[in-house]
Amino acid sequence: MKYLDEFRDGAKARVLTKEIETLVASMEIPARRPLQIMEVCGGHTHSIFRYGLEGMLPAAIELVHGPGCPVCVLPMGRIDDCVSIAERPEVILTTFGDAMRVPGSRMSLLQARAAGADVRMVYSPMDALALARANPDREVVFFGLGFETTMPSTALTILQAESEGVGNFSVFCNHITIVPTIKAILDSPDLQLDGFLGPGHVSMVIGAAPYEFIARHYRKPMVVAGFEPLDILQSIWMVVRQIKEGRAEVENQYARIVPYDGNEPALKAVARVYELREFFEWRGLGSIDHSGVKLRDGYAAFDAERKFSVPNIKIADPKACQCGEVLKGVIKPWQCKVFGTACTPETPLGALMVSSEGACAAYIQYGGARPRVAAA
Amino acid sequence: MNAIAPIARSRRLGKVHVATVTLSHGGGGKAMKDLIDDVFVSAFDNAALAPLEDQARFDLAALAAHGDRLAFTTDSFVVDPLFFPGGDIGTLAVCGTVNDLAVGGAKPLYLSCAVIIEEGVSLDLLRRVSASMARTAREAGVTIVTGDTKVVPKGACDKLFITTAGVGVIGKGVELGVHLARSGDVVLVNGLLGDHGAAILCARGDMALDTPIESDCAPLNGLIHAILAAAPGVRFMRDATRGGIATVLNEIADASGVAIDIDEAATPLREEVKGFCEILGLDPLYLANEGKIVVICPPAEAAAALATMQAHPLGARAAMIGRVTEQGEAGRVTLQTVFGGRRIVDMLVGEQLPRIC
Repeated sequence: MKYLDEFRDGAKARVLTKEIETLVASMEIPARRPLQIMEVCGGHTHSIFRYGLEGMLPAAIELVHGPGCPVCVLPMGRIDDCVSIAERPEVILTTFGDAMRVPGSRMSLLQARAAGADVRMVYSPMDALALARANPDREVVFFGLGFETTMPSTALTILQAESEGVGNFSVFCNHITIVPTIKAILDSPDLQLDGFLGPGHVSMVIGAAPYEFIARHYRKPMVVAGFEPLDILQSIWMVVRQIKEGRAEVENQYARIVPYDGNEPALKAVARVYELREFFEWRGLGSIDHSGVKLRDGYAAFDAERKFSVPNIKIADPKACQCGEVLKGVIKPWQCKVFGTACTPETPLGALMVSSEGACAAYIQYGGARPRVAAA
Repeated sequence: MNAIAPIARSRRLGKVHVATVTLSHGGGGKAMKDLIDDVFVSAFDNAALAPLEDQARFDLAALAAHGDRLAFTTDSFVVDPLFFPGGDIGTLAVCGTVNDLAVGGAKPLYLSCAVIIEEGVSLDLLRRVSASMARTAREAGVTIVTGDTKVVPKGACDKLFITTAGVGVIGKGVELGVHLARSGDVVLVNGLLGDHGAAILCARGDMALDTPIESDCAPLNGLIHAILAAAPGVRFMRDATRGGIATVLNEIADASGVAIDIDEAATPLREEVKGFCEILGLDPLYLANEGKIVVICPPAEAAAALATMQAHPLGARAAMIGRVTEQGEAGRVTLQTVFGGRRIVDMLVGEQLPRIC
């Protein structure tokens, strides 16, 4: 496939992995403290596992799979709220496919559908708006979730609904923002990370500029990376080179897609429709200040939370769950007490087991690198 | 067919003169008999079915001429939409059961056909489905010899559900088993993977993707017969339907206690299916097929089996995609990625769902 196969070229990969090995060999990296590089984005985690990248890297580099799977980090309470909206007889609840399986404390949307709720899978919020037009006697609610990647399409759909005067369309808004989340990880006392792969799709919207604080204040290198396996290898090489040269900068490997200052029309739509929440609850990470958005008062008519007065349930993460430590790279997935036992893809306890982009689910599904401790 | 007792005497077949099915067509009276005659008996047209006995009757000696064991299987078909590029629920209902018999080494002979119809379905739709069942049965060399018809109220089923069961005979000496894969065996497939799954998802229309992908739905008994003749040592075959080849390979690895290693670069995939999977974040190894089999073959017969498959119209793009190996954990399927990495290919937990980003 054109424009994809070029980025999956095995011969080029061998050249790059050799370069990374040479680079690492020229540095002094203690065996018990490998370089830890976090890929923030779940899309990267998926590519890393799908192409078996971990096994291609030298042992001195360890990838830490970050919090960037928006499906995984949804707290149970928000799912419960969403289920309670879906259970209203007048509601058609529309959602992206992979949010269907996320467990709430009572049930998932998939189970709610089986129990009689009208839950439908859509591929875009515009599909949900089309459903609202076609079903004027029903209330169509879109389960809006995702980082800045999907935020503009939800915003533009709301603006479209407003201009058309569609009164039976609303959004249950669970959009979250990446920068406060990275900051929360950087501020955590047990942090060990040496560098970051920046999220490509989010950056396509917000640009690379908002990450400058990571380089300036926290002195950590960040490379905004594309999603094809060669993109990821090249970005890892760029991070390691920064570490070797003692630099901490924001570099843009994904310049073919990501403009430094972001996408202006998308950012305008986002600013027009949403405002920051004081805080938002994350599965695995707890509450993070200013990490989520809600609809501005001017768009209250399209806000499902206000339209249906959701119960706003708060459910604490299961105690045994160590997602937070895995997310911060303190432990690897298989070192979690409940990994593969109480917490499996069939019955996920923690965020990272929920979607195929979650690190723990990916380890179970794709195997990933063997635990180095066990191999020694 | 030779095994059917010639008890049929000609009778006038009933005809339905209304456009849609109502509950009265399921009531057991004349309306129902007319529906069965008009839609099924006239299309399937054979001596065993025409007298409408409660059962088809076979001559045991004639069956025994084909081999020494009976094979018996059943499958239900609830596909949505009923008609899709490359086939419809009728072709599926025949192919599915024929293939389930054939992969066990059986010669498929007789099928049953039970239908559950939602009231309001048009007669034309039913006639189209029964015509494609009849056509596919002829192609596969099987006869539909018995059936059942139920009509249910609106909403109690989705338009039309079909269940077929099939009887076949396994030839002497044919011993295929999911537990028989051995280290060194090769893994063959008979062509491009994932077409059916992609065609159905596209045909549902909610993706607004316009693709030329057609279902690969086909009866494979002819191809399988040829493979067994050319490579009698074949250990196992299975049609890679729901869950795709990934699921079948896991079943083999698990039952045989072996590791299987697949080469992504050797896996035959249509460019359109690759593109479709890229857009939706799906893995083609898990997409359903309706005309593809996985064959586990000892290395000595691999070349003969592959050449036979490639010479058959339903195996032109056949390929060797991997090996059963001693290296690796028993029960595990691994994939050498085109990129040079390696990953595990596990069973799916649930349904494959498109990813958000």
